[in-house]
Amino acid sequence: MKPRVVLVTGVSRYLGTRLAATLAADPSIERVIGVDTVPPRAEALPQLGRTEFVRADIRNPLIAKVIAQAEVDTVVHMNVIATPLGAGGRTAMKEINVIGTMQLLAACQKAPSMRKLVVKSTTAVYGSSSRDPALFTEDAEPKALPKSGYAKDAVEVEGYVRGFGRRRPDVTLSLLRFTNFIGPVIETPLTRYLSLPVVPTVLGFDPRIQLCHEDDGIEVLRRCALGDHPGIFNVGGTGVLLLSQAIRRVGRPSFPVPAPMVSLVAGAFRRAGLVDFSPEQMRYLEHGRVADVSRLQRELGWGPRPTAQAMQTFVERAPRILNPETVAAAETRLLQALTRTKEPVRA
Amino acid sequence: MPEARSTGNVIPLRSEEPTDRPVPPPAAVAAPPSAWEQKLAGGLAFVRRRITGDYEIDDFGYDKDLTEHVLLPPLRPLYDKWFRVETRGLDNVPDAGGALIVANHSGTVPVDALMTTLALHDHHPAKRNLRLLAADLVFQLPVVAPVARKSGNTLACNADAERLLSTDELVGVFPEGFKGIGKPFSERYKLQRFGRGGFVSAALRTGKPIIPVSIVGAEEIYPILGNSKTLARLLGLPYVPITPLFPLLGPLGAIPLPSKWIIEFGEPIETAHLGGSAAAEDPMLVFNLTDQVRETIQSTLYTLLMQRRSVFF
Repeated sequence: MKPRVVLVTGVSRYLGTRLAATLAADPSIERVIGVDTVPPRAEALPQLGRTEFVRADIRNPLIAKVIAQAEVDTVVHMNVIATPLGAGGRTAMKEINVIGTMQLLAACQKAPSMRKLVVKSTTAVYGSSSRDPALFTEDAEPKALPKSGYAKDAVEVEGYVRGFGRRRPDVTLSLLRFTNFIGPVIETPLTRYLSLPVVPTVLGFDPRIQLCHEDDGIEVLRRCALGDHPGIFNVGGTGVLLLSQAIRRVGRPSFPVPAPMVSLVAGAFRRAGLVDFSPEQMRYLEHGRVADVSRLQRELGWGPRPTAQAMQTFVERAPRILNPETVAAAETRLLQALTRTKEPVRA
Repeated sequence: MPEARSTGNVIPLRSEEPTDRPVPPPAAVAAPPSAWEQKLAGGLAFVRRRITGDYEIDDFGYDKDLTEHVLLPPLRPLYDKWFRVETRGLDNVPDAGGALIVANHSGTVPVDALMTTLALHDHHPAKRNLRLLAADLVFQLPVVAPVARKSGNTLACNADAERLLSTDELVGVFPEGFKGIGKPFSERYKLQRFGRGGFVSAALRTGKPIIPVSIVGAEEIYPILGNSKTLARLLGLPYVPITPLFPLLGPLGAIPLPSKWIIEFGEPIETAHLGGSAAAEDPMLVFNLTDQVRETIQSTLYTLLMQRRSVFF
């Protein structure tokens, strides 16, 4: 069923703006309403087009009035924040994530016009441990539940969303668990981490990482907002990269830190404002996490591009310290010097 | 490409021998580059790929490029010269398609896993990669964990085993686990309990054959005379072995005794006709099949031991 009035929470942040702009460009949708605590950045305004903005805190009952008055039938909840720095501290972040979701769901439950709820969650709900299966399917039980931060918030948010699903079985519910985003523009802790001049890693560990291209993530959200795709879906590219491999592809040296020193180094980076890595993300740097994305591909008949291709779009954005061309040239020169041949002998 | 090689016009991109590094395509010179130049070019190309991250790994973290060029070559002298591994019944392993290799485990350190991997990679006509299911402990240890993943191993759990089998990989499992590998020398070649039969239900669900494998010789490489239980508890390890050479000779104690090995691949036990997932839910069937595999390996071990003239020759 095509939506008539769509409400997007977290519209002032990058992905929220992108999705609202995409939906606003679709003439079959009557109204697109964006909600956030802060207004969208000025440069994003032309892109947002006919999107109506409501400055409201989803922690506030005001949100219920917006949904009731506009007769919202589709809500895309994208306001689960990953970084405490962006939210103004961990307490505020937790409140926006958990209390905000509760308020939003309470409002949705009361609204008779509600038909569809799309929630942007994360594969971080699976945790990250040495006893994980190679790929998490949507119904896999996490071996170690996340104990803190964003991942714990996401687990709690998912719990409330499931509760909502039980109370309003008539509402189509899509719960999307995204892997780490990457792409030519988006800023995340991971992109900041991979942009460091020297990238610290955990000594003796090399996790597998899985990435979702920002455009593909928006496309999945759009398709779920427009069509009916009930269920829980992992969203990300197929295939994996090793962290060491990703760092090599961005042409940066890595600096292995012994495990006992990791929290010390992470603290220093946080205070310096370089990268805001939380404890569960440190575990991610040891064991990584990969999700099975085949269910989404079956449901949509389409899926985000592979991890390696998504990575490539990021590689092209950052100036590499060590270029593959430089390495290839050095290889040729070295080979010529050693074999004393004038002609290039290339493997 | 033997005919191409004889004309000297075309040099294959990758040589037939897995021991060799990839050799370069023909240069635009009259005289083709000599063998060592090709090797050097191949080596440098490998270094370039590593520096720029230009290689592929699969979902489980298996890094074929690294495994074939760095991890496997140092094992070959051990396989050929030190243990003089003899393989039997390699034709029981299919050229394509999934199968579950089940073997006895021994030797204090999982050298038997490495030798079985090498046997299938180098000596099987289809050069099959064995994907081993490893214990939790392996993935907790720094350095060991990433190397285990890059060489194609994954965690011993049903999800991973079934995923590998259903994508037509050759999966290897040592159901005795630490009970087998860390048992005292006096119990050599006596199979320990075979876990909970998880490997059988994985084979049943995917309908893939089980191939029982008997390894003789691994028991004697580091004979465990005693186990320092206190130290093991302190280090969080399942056992700390005391062998004739370790810890007496310190690092020299890490040299394995040069026993003569035989790896026998038994006849496949088909599971496709047993009824798939429904069969895996029948505990009695699973237990019986587990027992059948265990008995087959045990009796083959005794037969091989009878035929063996000496531990070292």
